[in-house]
Amino acid sequence: MSETITDTPAAQQHRAAPRPDRPLWTVLLRWAVALAVLLVLLYVPLIATRPWLRTGEYAMIGAVGAIGLTLLSGQAGQLSLAHGFFLLTGGVGYVVLTAPTGRSELGFGLPPILGLVGAVALSALLGLAFAPVSGRLRGIYLGVASLSLVFIGLYLGQSLSSLAGTTSRGRDPVPFSIFGIGFGDPEPGKPVFQLLGVPLTATERLWYLFLALTVIAAVLATAAVRGRPGRAWRAVRDNEAAASVLGVSVVRAKAGAFAVSSGYAGLAGAMTVLWFGLLKPDESEYGTYGINVSIAFLAMIIVGGLGSVLGAVIGAVLVFGLPLALPILTSGSSLLSGTGGGAITPIILTQFIYGAAIIAVVMFEPGGLAAIGRRLGTLLSRRGREG
Amino acid sequence: MTTFLQIVVNGLGKGAVYALLALGFVVIFKATEVVNFAHGSLALLGGYVVFATRPTLGWAGAAAVGVLSAGIAALVVERLMLSRAKLASADSLALLTIGVDIVVTEEIVRRLGTRIPFLGDPYDAKPLHAGDVTIFRTQFVALVVSALLLTGFFLAFRYSAWGLAMRAQAENREAAALMGIRSWRVTASAWLVAGVLAGVAVLFLATQDFSGSGLSRDTHSLALAAFPAAILGGLDATSGAVVGGLVVGLAEALSAQYISFDFAKSAVFIVMLVVLVARPSGLFGTRERQRV
Repeated sequence: MSETITDTPAAQQHRAAPRPDRPLWTVLLRWAVALAVLLVLLYVPLIATRPWLRTGEYAMIGAVGAIGLTLLSGQAGQLSLAHGFFLLTGGVGYVVLTAPTGRSELGFGLPPILGLVGAVALSALLGLAFAPVSGRLRGIYLGVASLSLVFIGLYLGQSLSSLAGTTSRGRDPVPFSIFGIGFGDPEPGKPVFQLLGVPLTATERLWYLFLALTVIAAVLATAAVRGRPGRAWRAVRDNEAAASVLGVSVVRAKAGAFAVSSGYAGLAGAMTVLWFGLLKPDESEYGTYGINVSIAFLAMIIVGGLGSVLGAVIGAVLVFGLPLALPILTSGSSLLSGTGGGAITPIILTQFIYGAAIIAVVMFEPGGLAAIGRRLGTLLSRRGREG
Repeated sequence: MTTFLQIVVNGLGKGAVYALLALGFVVIFKATEVVNFAHGSLALLGGYVVFATRPTLGWAGAAAVGVLSAGIAALVVERLMLSRAKLASADSLALLTIGVDIVVTEEIVRRLGTRIPFLGDPYDAKPLHAGDVTIFRTQFVALVVSALLLTGFFLAFRYSAWGLAMRAQAENREAAALMGIRSWRVTASAWLVAGVLAGVAVLFLATQDFSGSGLSRDTHSLALAAFPAAILGGLDATSGAVVGGLVVGLAEALSAQYISFDFAKSAVFIVMLVVLVARPSGLFGTRERQRV
């Protein structure tokens, strides 16, 4: 078995790696585009309707998780199907740390920001605890071994109801707040804070919170990829023996990548709980924290291009955003409106689309959307230089 | 003691079915180094064909058609997709099969809708009594059928020209090709065999005796338990698949009885995890060596 997931000649050419010879104007252009996109995203809550905001927020959850997975699988070359499990630990971590003390269900009554940080740290530590396994196994063996975490999480989630609540009722998370600014629904009677004449209710506030978290996640990931950790991960991915000769501690790089990725998943899990306004353990291995979610995250990073942070975000928009966006787009028309047996629901249609997208990417463009983008970029900059 | 005996026999029966599925993984992996994540969906497809053709063909005819169509579906996946993605590495191809799995599973589940048909007409829900011991007939039939199929496979693998070609390709693909072995035939036949085995397995999976649930998404997740079976035994060890299957079947049956029913699913994976920590290539798998 080869050491990497994308060990193909085509993928090697298009791997996300820093290129120092990038001309200045493309760097400036990149910053300008990023800034423009950010401004648009900041403006969105002022014009978009509630369902669209909810869709965007859900896609951002996917983006944070997918960025973590793309670091692990794309950069460090470790296949993981445990993302659903770390989503669960993050969600449980946030709820338990922030819940009021002295109730029948466990709670520490910490401020939400500490709860969020704690949830990330807890998930990262659990990921680190998996290091004895993740460090020893490679490729598919690791993938299936990590799958076992999802099953362990399923069982623990169901049996430890003082942590995760029961499968029938679940637990209500404390809404996020920081510096006295609440991100839950504003208290009735009090005036609602308005931005440019638009009242900021829980949905709009959550958008800004998620946007901030996603941007932080993406920036940190990009820095890691371009910096020392990223170089170590890629070296280990491409050849462990060579990496250790170069002075990279293979064990540390592998364990580190797994911990970082789990931390990202933990953040995504805490976001999931905030988004639903509910923590509820799954009833089967298909659920909010199940295998299907692990596979959906894998789908995001494959379609987006393994190792690419931007690709992971776009993949997340496709895989997590589409099932929520389709019903909004088609509401009122007869398309996709059927329910019950045999109907093509938005969820099923999305599954078809991303299933087919995975097949198409592996067959025709192993570098995913990121490689297509990079090729377009090269084409443009070449034309720019010549013309 | 009788309970224990009952559980062991039933566990072995389940294990035999997992062995069929796990052997499918192993055969494909040996021939191509690809792990087939679409195995569960192949089983589901076979089961659906049985369900759809049963009213016209009767159970036996439908079962034959179902098994065959699972095999053909596997063949089609290999010929149409995997063999054409020449650029991709084995691990990327494994990811491709995830795509196949999603599409096929969703389509079958959608077609089934709210129906969850049981497929084991001749043997399902007809317990066998031997003294104090009561065993499920499905598990018993599964044990016999699997034993026959596995023996047949191992004889073919050991003595036939096909088996020789298969082993040669697993040993060294290029050298085998230079010796005049048609690589594509070996690969295609491996997929066909694996698909057929999955098609047989589903006839036992979707029964009241085995899982209490008919053909549905649950069948697909049952087939997932064959994953730990294959990994535990070692992905490139045919005998490992059988041992792994039996271990998984027993672990599931014993933990369901003595710990809790909910724990059974997780128990299988925990057993696998323990084995993998001790032996990263499974019980019988070849150790990976790295050259510098």
